[in-house]
Amino acid sequence: MKKLFKKGLWENHPIFKQLLGMCPTLAVTTSAINGLSMGLAVIFVLNFSSGVVSLIRKFIPPQVRIAVYTIIIATFVTLADLFLKAFFPSISKALGPYVPLIVVNCIILGRAEAFASKNPPKLALLDSLGMSLGFLWGLVLLGSLRELLGAGTIFGVKVLGDFFEKWVVMVLPAGAFLVLGFLVGIMNYIERKRR
Amino acid sequence: MRDLFLIFLSAVLVNNFVLTYFLGICPFLGVSSSYEQAVGMGLAVTFVMSLASSICWIFYHLILVKFGLLILEYVVFILVIASLVQMVEMFIRKYSPSLYQSLGIYLPLITTNCAILGLVLFMVIRDYNFIQSVVFGFSSGLGFSLVLVMMAGIREELKFSDIPQALKGAGITLITAGILALAFMGFSGLISS
Repeated sequence: MKKLFKKGLWENHPIFKQLLGMCPTLAVTTSAINGLSMGLAVIFVLNFSSGVVSLIRKFIPPQVRIAVYTIIIATFVTLADLFLKAFFPSISKALGPYVPLIVVNCIILGRAEAFASKNPPKLALLDSLGMSLGFLWGLVLLGSLRELLGAGTIFGVKVLGDFFEKWVVMVLPAGAFLVLGFLVGIMNYIERKRR
Repeated sequence: MRDLFLIFLSAVLVNNFVLTYFLGICPFLGVSSSYEQAVGMGLAVTFVMSLASSICWIFYHLILVKFGLLILEYVVFILVIASLVQMVEMFIRKYSPSLYQSLGIYLPLITTNCAILGLVLFMVIRDYNFIQSVVFGFSSGLGFSLVLVMMAGIREELKFSDIPQALKGAGITLITAGILALAFMGFSGLISS
């Protein structure tokens, strides 16, 4: 049970190991706070959709399963989007179209298809919780690094003094690819050392 | 006419879907290892994008807005895209088996390609009219194909270079994409808005 939960946190990490859900990962991590809010939105959507898919897994005809999963996911994404719009308009604006784009986030459909559709709700929730928390820390790490290098702050708090020449490119799209590329490399390196 | 040309230029070069909006990264990383596959995927995406933008425009403006059903926006879009991909697949299989042979395996993958949904969402946010939407869809697909094919060319070369062990695979691909994105930043002065 514990192993299942841990899988998403490191071993099978959605971002660094499986390279899933790349568009939100790269697009919204211009700052730590954006990464955190996207991570929370994904936690909500992934856990609820995994739970629902697992609950009704015996009633879904296999031919139309992907369409059914997509509708379930789209429903929860609509909820998350409306919630953000109503209570956190500034975050909703910063994340822009990437909130509705959670619908096509491959992590969520991937978990529904690979795990939730074959396992009882308890296991499915454990799995989705691990995966979504793994996704969250990946986003926060990436966001913090880019914010630190690009603006000298983390969560808006100044960390590096005025001596630091800001690497503006890090908050631009190119920086996202570079930082993630090196992070994936570092994760591989750590993994190889541990073996 | 001028605004259409600007939309075209912006979608292909300046605000390229892959390199500035990070849409369609999954096929970009997955399919770009060989040149032929990249061309096939690019063609399929361009085709579906041009259709999706026009059909979703019709659905959005003539049904959703008219009857005040905006809350169903995302559900409707994803259903339209999924069924569109399915229909295109059946149509091509029936009428052009040779094209189906070359596009076949890529078509089902397109449904979960975030670039298509992203395209439709941008179209709604920017409030394009019908013709603008069609041009936007077509040129976004073209931009996607351009970058995909470029990346495939670079990756074929990468196979023969000496890369640090830990960076092999995904790491070096992402870094290459980053450098490509830096190069594309050079286009940003092309349109001053």
